[in-house]
Amino acid sequence: MDFDLNDEQKMLQETVTRFVAGTYDFQKREHALRTPEGWSREAYAGLAEMGLLALPFAEEDGGFGGGGVEMMVVMEALGRGLMVEPFFATVVLAGGVLRHGALAAQRAAIVPGIVEGTRILALAHNEKGLPRHTLTARTTAAPSNGTWTLDGRKIAVIHGQSADTLIISAMTDKGLSLFLVDAGTEGVTIEGTRGYDGVPIAAVALSAVTVPADALIGADGQGEAILSAMFEEATAALVAEGVGAMAETFDVTVDYLKTRQQFGVAIGSFQALQHRAVDMLMQLELSRSMAILAALSLDIDADQRSRNISAAKAQIGKAGRIIGQEAVQMHGAIGITAEYKVGHAFKRLTAIDALLGDRDWHLAQLVEKRGVYPAAT
Amino acid sequence: MKLDFTPEETAFRDEVRAFLKDALPDDLRQKMINRDHLTKDDTVRWQRILNARGWAVTHWPVQYGGQAWTPAQRYIFQEEMALAHAPEGSPFNVNMIGPVLCEFGTDAQKEQFLAATANIDIWWCQGFSEPGAGSDLASLKTMAVRDGDHYVLNGQKIWTTQAQHADWMFGLFRTDSSGRKQQGITFLLLDMKTPGITVRPIETIDGEHDANEVFFDDVRVPVENIIGEEGKGWDVAKHLLGSERSGIARIGLSKERLSQLRELESRLARDGTLTEEEQRRLAHKLAEVEVELRALELTQLRVVAADAHGGGANAAASILKVKGTEMQQRMTELVTELAGPAGLSMPDHDHAPNDPGEGWVAAAAPFYFTMRKVSIFGGSNEVQKNIIAKTMLGL
Repeated sequence: MDFDLNDEQKMLQETVTRFVAGTYDFQKREHALRTPEGWSREAYAGLAEMGLLALPFAEEDGGFGGGGVEMMVVMEALGRGLMVEPFFATVVLAGGVLRHGALAAQRAAIVPGIVEGTRILALAHNEKGLPRHTLTARTTAAPSNGTWTLDGRKIAVIHGQSADTLIISAMTDKGLSLFLVDAGTEGVTIEGTRGYDGVPIAAVALSAVTVPADALIGADGQGEAILSAMFEEATAALVAEGVGAMAETFDVTVDYLKTRQQFGVAIGSFQALQHRAVDMLMQLELSRSMAILAALSLDIDADQRSRNISAAKAQIGKAGRIIGQEAVQMHGAIGITAEYKVGHAFKRLTAIDALLGDRDWHLAQLVEKRGVYPAAT
Repeated sequence: MKLDFTPEETAFRDEVRAFLKDALPDDLRQKMINRDHLTKDDTVRWQRILNARGWAVTHWPVQYGGQAWTPAQRYIFQEEMALAHAPEGSPFNVNMIGPVLCEFGTDAQKEQFLAATANIDIWWCQGFSEPGAGSDLASLKTMAVRDGDHYVLNGQKIWTTQAQHADWMFGLFRTDSSGRKQQGITFLLLDMKTPGITVRPIETIDGEHDANEVFFDDVRVPVENIIGEEGKGWDVAKHLLGSERSGIARIGLSKERLSQLRELESRLARDGTLTEEEQRRLAHKLAEVEVELRALELTQLRVVAADAHGGGANAAASILKVKGTEMQQRMTELVTELAGPAGLSMPDHDHAPNDPGEGWVAAAAPFYFTMRKVSIFGGSNEVQKNIIAKTMLGL
């Protein structure tokens, strides 16, 4: 049993934490949000320079072969900075699909651009009128003469507007399948907007979009297997981002309690607030424990892995609400102004719960499996 | 980072498990499963079995009968004890006065008390709280006035657990009222047979008699029964309340109760007690509680791992008592919900239930009621939060 980072992981943590603290303060983030794309190419290039965009990819694909702990360390740091750049969209979501499903030739064509930071990918999977986190789609893909023709509509496509390449989930005769589609392909319409958390999202319409046979990721009908494997890893990563965002929210709140004066004293001297700050700390530490559990679960047997990851996401959903709401409340009116960091952290924590299955969704998974713990032996 | 115990730790777990399987008497195991009230004899009998194995006082220094175990071994031992339905022994002997004697006792005191304490040849009770000194323990007023070779005690202690069985008391008494309230407190040992001591029972909401009032009326205690120096008792008390944290969240107990809940969930679904809707709701509640238990377990393990290389204050450690007690209470609350109206009947200590599998029904509510104490004693959870706010957050 060992909960310490090894030397390389510590170095990674120091590097990325220093980068976020040094180059991505709240004003820089605000500035990035106001640009047309809504995020900073410069900051993203910084991530590429540090090699972070190569992190999870296999060495033969030009990556570092980093595992769950390395991803946790990076996501926690990005969470602290509330970074809106497409690391999660491109490296974690789309990159995860490529790692779990793409053929070697497909990876060779795409991964180098991801690693360099020059190619942005987005996963277009969610649809209106379907369960909010599901392994199905209404979008269709029909084969004809060595091509596929896609039709359908996708929503909440994270970083869809900036994407060079979309990964589209669609039903074929053999079930859910995944396709690589260049954003400029005829029949693709992308309508970008901003999520409440500041992260760009898009609606993607596909109208008779024709792509070549080698656009199919892996094999026909493999989409469910690929997505479910990727979603587990991505959930572990999102949990770690949540811990970073909570830690930052908590630290900012405790600082505020120490500096904000009312009734002639720092408001942190009031026991009503002290105890609630301690409640926040407790949720943060429980969440940190679960982020570690999730990160260490990626290589264990499938049944226990999914229990652990669902438990972690359920914990983060609860803790994110408690910490986010309490942080806003303890700041008073400043907590609900757009120019202050805490409100943005609260919004990102809300989005983190909503993405990849919220607390209720993961609790339902655990009910299905009769709990977090394996049946007594 | 890795979650697994080492092969040595796993072997240790097997050794503990095998020992408990053989050594724990069946009647005690059954009482624990049924949440029956343990008698003094039950506790003594089990502690002597552990003591014969060298496992009664494992966290004492080795020279006084402890084991040179790692934090992980301590954690494993406590978890296995709970999962095997083994009683915990006397906390007053094992966790409180024993470590204090090891740290602060004179050679003569160690000689007189330590072996007898480990074996519960002496049953100790703790004289700390007073009617006006609960969370604000340092405001205690029971006086110890020096008179030649003796202190003369006058005043009252309250909530004194098991005082009716106790051979000796360790307690805090005021020898000086002139300075700060933490000064002038002295830690004394007293023979409960000393003239002038009166023990009065307090019945608690579980219908049991564990708590007492203890009155002192010119009780003469020899000066050599002091622990540490006169006026320095507060430091001794802080040591007593502070040290051991490898098992503070009591994960094993909560896991044992969770397995009971899971067993009841199946049984009550099978026999028609729970409707389908109730089964669905219960499954959801159990999933929620398991998420929190898993998170707490991992947090405890983080502290165990940190303690293996020195430990020190950390945020994870500070939350264990508060969250651990809340978890234990939540488990008893859920069992009580399941007992429903059948659980209104109180346990009958003289007659075992006709169906031994039904003992849990009558025990559920009293156990729920009595477990409210765990967030009150040893520094209430509110006091714990005050301490965390001050020491961890700097508020």
